[in-house]
Amino acid sequence: MTRSADSDVSAVEVVKRSSDFLRGTIAQSLADPLTGSIPESDGTLTKFHGTYLQDDRDVRAERARQKLEPAYSFMIRARISGGVLSPQQWLLLDQLARDHAGGAIRATTRQTFQFHGVVKRDLKKTMQRINEMMLTTLAACGDVNRNVMCTPLAEISAVHAAALETADALSDRLLPQTGAYHEIWLDGERVTPVRDEEPVYGPTYLPRKFKIAVAIPPWNDVDVFAHDIGFIAIEREGGLAGFNVAAGGGMGATHGDPATYPRLGTVLGSCSVGQAVAVAEQIMCVQRDYGDRRERKHARLKYTVDDRGVDWFKGELTSRLGFELGPEMAYEFRHNGDRFGWQQDSAGAWHLTLFIPGGRIVDRPDRQLLTGLRELARVHKGEFRFTPNQNLIVAGVAGQDKPAVETLAQRYGLDAGASLEPFRRDAMACVALPTCGLAMAEAERYLPDFLGRLGELLERHGLRDEPLSVRITGCPNGCARPYVAEIALVGKAPGRYNLMLGGNRVGDRLNTLYRENLSETQILETLDGMLGRFAGRRQDGEGFGDFVARTELSGRAA
Amino acid sequence: MSVTILKKSPSPGVPQGPDARLVADLNDFAGRLDQQQLWWASGYLAGLAASGAQAGKAQPAPAAEASPAPAWTIFYATETGNSRSIAEELLGQIQGLGVEARAVDLADFRPAQLKKETRALFVVATHGLGEPPDGTEAFFEFVLGDRGPTLDHLSYAVLALGDSSYEDYCETGRQLDARLEALGATRLADRVECDVDFEAPSEAWQQDMLARVEAERAEADAAPAGPAANGAAAPHLVPVGGRQYTRKDPFPATVLENQPITGRGSSKDVRHVVLSLEGSGLSYQPGDALGVWPTNPPQLVDQFLTLLELEADAEVRLDGESTTLGEALAHRLELTLLGRSFVQGYADRFDVAPLKALLDAEDRAPFNDYLADRQVIDVLADHPVALSAQDLTDTLKRLTPRLYSIASSLEANPDEVHVTIGVVRYTAFEREHFGSASNYLAAPGGTVPVYIAPNPRFRLPEDAAAPVIMIGAGTGVAPFRAFLEEREARGADGDNWLFFGDRNFHSDFLYQVEWARYRRDGLLTRHDVAFSRDQQDKVYVQDRIRERGVDVFDWLERGAHIYVCGDANHMAPDVHAALLDVIAQGLGRDCDAAEDYLRELKESNRYQRDVY
Ligand code: SRM
Ligand SMILES: Cc1cc2nc3c(=O)[nH]c(=O)nc-3n(C[C@H](O)[C@H](O)[C@H](O)COP(=O)(O)OP(=O)(O)OC[C@H]3O[C@@H](n4cnc5c(N)ncnc54)[C@H](O)[C@@H]3O)c2cc1C
Ligand SMILES: Cc1cc2nc3c(=O)[nH]c(=O)nc-3n(C[C@H](O)[C@H](O)[C@H](O)COP(=O)(O)O)c2cc1C
Ligand code: SF4
Repeated sequence: MTRSADSDVSAVEVVKRSSDFLRGTIAQSLADPLTGSIPESDGTLTKFHGTYLQDDRDVRAERARQKLEPAYSFMIRARISGGVLSPQQWLLLDQLARDHAGGAIRATTRQTFQFHGVVKRDLKKTMQRINEMMLTTLAACGDVNRNVMCTPLAEISAVHAAALETADALSDRLLPQTGAYHEIWLDGERVTPVRDEEPVYGPTYLPRKFKIAVAIPPWNDVDVFAHDIGFIAIEREGGLAGFNVAAGGGMGATHGDPATYPRLGTVLGSCSVGQAVAVAEQIMCVQRDYGDRRERKHARLKYTVDDRGVDWFKGELTSRLGFELGPEMAYEFRHNGDRFGWQQDSAGAWHLTLFIPGGRIVDRPDRQLLTGLRELARVHKGEFRFTPNQNLIVAGVAGQDKPAVETLAQRYGLDAGASLEPFRRDAMACVALPTCGLAMAEAERYLPDFLGRLGELLERHGLRDEPLSVRITGCPNGCARPYVAEIALVGKAPGRYNLMLGGNRVGDRLNTLYRENLSETQILETLDGMLGRFAGRRQDGEGFGDFVARTELSGRAA
Repeated sequence: MSVTILKKSPSPGVPQGPDARLVADLNDFAGRLDQQQLWWASGYLAGLAASGAQAGKAQPAPAAEASPAPAWTIFYATETGNSRSIAEELLGQIQGLGVEARAVDLADFRPAQLKKETRALFVVATHGLGEPPDGTEAFFEFVLGDRGPTLDHLSYAVLALGDSSYEDYCETGRQLDARLEALGATRLADRVECDVDFEAPSEAWQQDMLARVEAERAEADAAPAGPAANGAAAPHLVPVGGRQYTRKDPFPATVLENQPITGRGSSKDVRHVVLSLEGSGLSYQPGDALGVWPTNPPQLVDQFLTLLELEADAEVRLDGESTTLGEALAHRLELTLLGRSFVQGYADRFDVAPLKALLDAEDRAPFNDYLADRQVIDVLADHPVALSAQDLTDTLKRLTPRLYSIASSLEANPDEVHVTIGVVRYTAFEREHFGSASNYLAAPGGTVPVYIAPNPRFRLPEDAAAPVIMIGAGTGVAPFRAFLEEREARGADGDNWLFFGDRNFHSDFLYQVEWARYRRDGLLTRHDVAFSRDQQDKVYVQDRIRERGVDVFDWLERGAHIYVCGDANHMAPDVHAALLDVIAQGLGRDCDAAEDYLRELKESNRYQRDVY
C-alpha cells in the first residue's frame, strides 16, 4: 500500500480529504488531449462517480514497445438498486453500448451493468446520456455504499415489492450529496457560496467500499453473508414482517497476507421494516468512525467487527440506535443461484430468467443477445431485472404476452441457457483480463474452456446433471464471490490458480484453500480423483461441497 | 575488492625494484581503490614518473581538489510498488549521507543510457510467470538481448523481489544480475533475493549498500581528483582506420531494432528503426538526414518480371559489366520513382505515341496528373512494349538513395541513428504498390547501406535559451525527437513547443510516451495535437496554430525559432498560411506585413523547414 506523507492515513485518504468533495482536478484531466488517461488522484475520485480508468492489458506490452501509452479507456458502472430497468431505459442503454462501449453491456455480480472501453473523449457524453435515461453512476464505486442488491424474484410478489422498496430507501438514504457529480458530468453550475455537505459521510467518506444486500428466503442469490450488511427478509402470512440483520461479510483477500480473509456476515438480530434504514445507517457510521483509514487492505467492516469483537459492535450499534435489535427470526435458504426459465408469481405475472454467458450481453454469431434484447425491449411491457449472478430477467410478462416474448427469445437464442447443465448455468466468473487492472489470471474468458473440461470429467463420473457451483476470479479480491462456491479457482498468475473447495449451494459456508498455484492440468487431475470418490461414496442427497468438506477437508483449518 | 598490483618479489632484471615495505604500502593503497581508480592511479603515477617528479616532493602536486564521490543510481522495476518504496527509501538514506543519488523507474529509463552509469543499485521484482514488471520490458529486452552494451564502467548490486510460491522465483533479478556481469560490469555484492516478506532482507541489503556508499565516499574524500575518477565519458564513435563513409561509399549499418510504432487499427504502418553506427566514424547533428540505399523489395522485382515475362537469371550488361536481370532490378535500378526523364526516354526509345503527346503538350497539368500517383510499373503496364531484359536494363534509371530525417541525438544515443519510416504500400490501378526503401527498411534484419546527409538549414538555435516551436505531421515529427533528445542531453533550457498532427489519437500518436515524459520533466513546455479522423470535422496542425495564435505570436516576439517538417504538398503551405494569419493578428496589420515578418524570420534562420 502506498504510504502517504501524512503517515497516519493511507494516500487515498489524503486524496479524498483534499478533493473538495470529490472534485479534484477531474474536469481539467478530462480535457487534456495528450493522454487517454487521467492522473491517479483523479482516478481515485472518479470511482466515486462510477467510472474507472482501465487499459486493455492484452496490448499493454505491445503498445509499450510501440512507444504508445497503454490503450486507456473507462469502465462505467451504474447504480440501480435491485437491478430494475424499464424497457425504455434498456433501449437507451443498448444504443449507448453500440455508440461508445464496443457493442457490449456487462451484467455484474451486483445486479447492475458496466460499460467497458469508453474512451476519454466520449466519457462525459456517455455519462450524460446515462443520466438522461434516469439512471445514475454516482456511488457505483468508491468508498461509499454501493449498489444495493435485492433478490429479484420472489414467489410472493408483495414481499418482493416491499423488499425492493427497502433496498431503494437504503440506496437513497446512503447516497453521497456532493454537487461535484452534477458539475463535472452534467454541466451543472457550482452553487456559490460553496455549501457542500455530506451529512452521513463527512468529507472523507468511508474508509473503504461498503455493500448491502437484501435476500428473500429461500433464495440466497445475493449471497447475503458476503456483504458488509445483509438483510434477510422474513415473510409472514404473505407479507414482509421484518429483517434479520447480518454484518461484517466480505470476500476480498490478498494472496500471502493472512491478515486479510473472506468472512461471512454475523447475524446480529432482527429489525422491523421501518427500522431497516436507520440500522444500516448506524452500522455504516460505526464503520465510518472506527474503520481502519491507514491500511486499505484492512479497512472493511469485517475487520472492524473482528478486531473489536461482535459484542462491542452490537453495543456500539445499540447506543447509536437507541434501541436493541430483536432476536434472530427463523428462515431457511435453499439455493444461491438463479432460477432459469419461466416462473409465475403470486400475482399471476410471468418472469423469464435468461442465462447470460459471462454476464456479457453482446452479439455473437451463435447468440445475438444484444440485438435480441433490443427487439424484446421494443415490445416488452414489464421490466428488466439484473440478477445477482450476472443474468437477466424479463420480468412482469402478462400471460397473453408470453408467446411474443418466447418467439423473440427463440429467434435470437436468448434462452439457450435453459437447456444447459446446472454446473454451467450456475457458474460465474469475474471480468478479469483484459480490462481489470488487478487481474492476475484469466477468468471470464477462461470460464467456458474450464467448464468444457470439467464437463468431460463430470460426464465420466456420471455427474453431468449434478448441481454444482463453480466460480472463477482472476485474483483474490473475490468479485464473483468465489469463497462460498463448491469449487473456486482464484487467479494467482497467468494460467495458475488457487483451488478452493468445500462451499455449498446456499452460500452460508466458506470454502477452503485446497492447493495453491495449480495449472489447469493439476486442477483437473485433482478434481478427477475427487469427483470419482464423490460419485462412489457420497451420502444420500449430499452435494459435492458438503462431501468434500466432510471427507477431504476435515481436519484442515477452514 | 582485493587487488594485488605488485608481486612480493620483483622479477629479476627490474632495475631498482621497490623494497618490501613499499610493496606492502602500495598493495594496501591499491586495495582501497576500485577498478577505475586503479586505472587513474596508474596514469597518475606514470605521469609523475615521466615528469621526473616525485609526488608531494619537488613538484607541487597536480591541482588536486577532492574528487566528488561517484553518483549512485537506484533503478527499480516494479508493478505493485514494493520495489519503488524500497528504492525511494534507499535513495533518502544515501542522500542522507550527502552523496549524490537518484532513483529511476526502469519503465521510464532509456536503456541506451545505461552505458553512462557507473554505480547502479537495482531493485527488481518478478511478475507474470517469471517476467519483468509491466512497462519495463523494453529495458530488459535491451539489456538481456543482443543490444546489451559493454558495461565495464559499471559497478552494481541487485535486490530481487519475488514470491517463492512461483516456479521462476526472482527470475528477473537473477537474469539481470547474471547478464550485467556478462556485459563486463562489476558486482559489488551478491544478489539478495526477497520473498513476499521482503522487509527484513531488503532492510539488511539497504544497510549493506549504505555501508559501501559510505566507504566509497570516505575514499573519494581522501583521494585527489583525477580525470577518470567520476565515470567515463560515453564511449563515442571511433573511426576505424580513418575511413570516411559517404553517399558513394555507404556504411553497412546493422539493424538493431525495427519496431512498429502505430497501434492496432491504424491506417498506417510506421516503424521506428534503429541502426548501429558503431565503428563507422559517422556523426550527425539533429536536423540531418540519413541516406539509405535500398534493395528493391522482392515483391516489386517479381511484379516487373511477371509483367514483362522476363527471367531473373537473364544475363544483362550494366556499366560494362555483366550481371543478371534479377540482380540489377534488386540492387541497381530504380523501379518506383517516376520522373519526366524516364518517361521521355521510354517514349522516345520505343516510340510510344500517347506518352509523347502527353509530354509535348503545352499544358503541363495533364502530364503531372498522370505522374502523380503512378510508379514506373504503371507506365510500363499502361503502354506495353515488348522489352528484352537488356532493353529494360537500359531504359530504367539508376537506383537512388532515399533520405530520412534523423530522429535521434547522438549525444543521447551514442553509436546509434534512429529513423521514423512510414511504410509506403498502396493499391492503385488494380495493383499493389510498394515503396522501395520504406519496405526494405520494414523487412527485418541484416545491414543497411547508409550515409549522413547533413542539413545545416535545419538546426537548433545556438542559443540554448532560445524558445523553439516545432510543427510536424506524421513522420514529420522525427527530427523533433532528435531536437528534444539533444536539448535534454545538453541541458538547453529554452522553452519547447511541439505541434503534432496525424490521423487517430489511439493508434497514430507517434512517440507518445516519450513526449509525455518530456512534458513531465518540463523539457517540453507545450504540446498541442490534432488528430484529423477522431471527430466529424477534420482538424489539422494549422488549426491548432490558429487557436493558439496569441501565444504563438508571443513566442515569436520572445525570439522563438520555428521548424516545420513533413508533408510538402499540403501541410507545409497550410502551416505557412496559418503562421501568416497569426502574425498579421499579432501585429494588428495586414498580410503583407506578416509576409515581411516571416521573411525576416527566414533570413535570420528562425523559420526553417524540412519538407518532403
Ligand atoms: C464487475 C464486477 C465483477 C463481475 O464480473 O461482475 C467487479 C469488478 C471489479 N472489481 Fe469487484 N466487482 C464486482 C463485484 C465484487 C464483489 C461481489 C459483491 O459485491 O457481491 C466483491 C466481493 C465482496 C466484497 O466486496 O468483499 C468484490 C470485491 C472487489 C475488491 C476487494 C474488496 C475488498 O475489500 O477486499 C476489489 C479491489 C479493491 O477494492 O481494491 C474489487 C475491484 C474491482 C475492479 C473495479 C478492479 C479495480 O479496482 O480496478 C473490477 C473491475 C473489472 C472490470 O474490468 O470491469 N472488487 N467485487 C462486480 C461489479 C459489482 C457491481 O456492480 O458493483
Ligand atoms: C529531407 C527528407 C526527409 C525525409 N524524412 C522522412 C522521414 O523521416 N520519414 C519518412 O517516412 N519519409 C521521409 N522522407 C521521404 C522518404 O525519403 C521517401 O520518399 C519515402 O520513404 C518513400 O520512399 P520509398 O522508397 O519507400 O517509396 P518509393 O519507392 O520512392 O515510392 C514512393 C513513390 O510512389 C509514388 N506514389 C504514388 N502514390 C503514392 C501514395 N499514395 N503514397 C506514397 N507514394 C505514392 C510517388 O511517386 C512516390 O514518390 C524524407 C524525404 C526527404 C527528402
Ligand atoms: C501476477 C503476479 C505474478 C507474479 N509472478 C512471480 C513470479 O513468477 N516469480 C516470482 O518470484 N514472483 C512473482 N510475483 C511476486 C512479486 O515479485 C512480489 O509480489 C514482489 O514483491 C512485487 O514487487 P513490486 O511491488 O515491486 O512489483 C508475482 C506477483 C504477481 C502479482
Ligand atoms: S476478482 Fe480480481 S480479477 Fe476479478 S474483477 Fe475482481 S479485481 Fe478484477
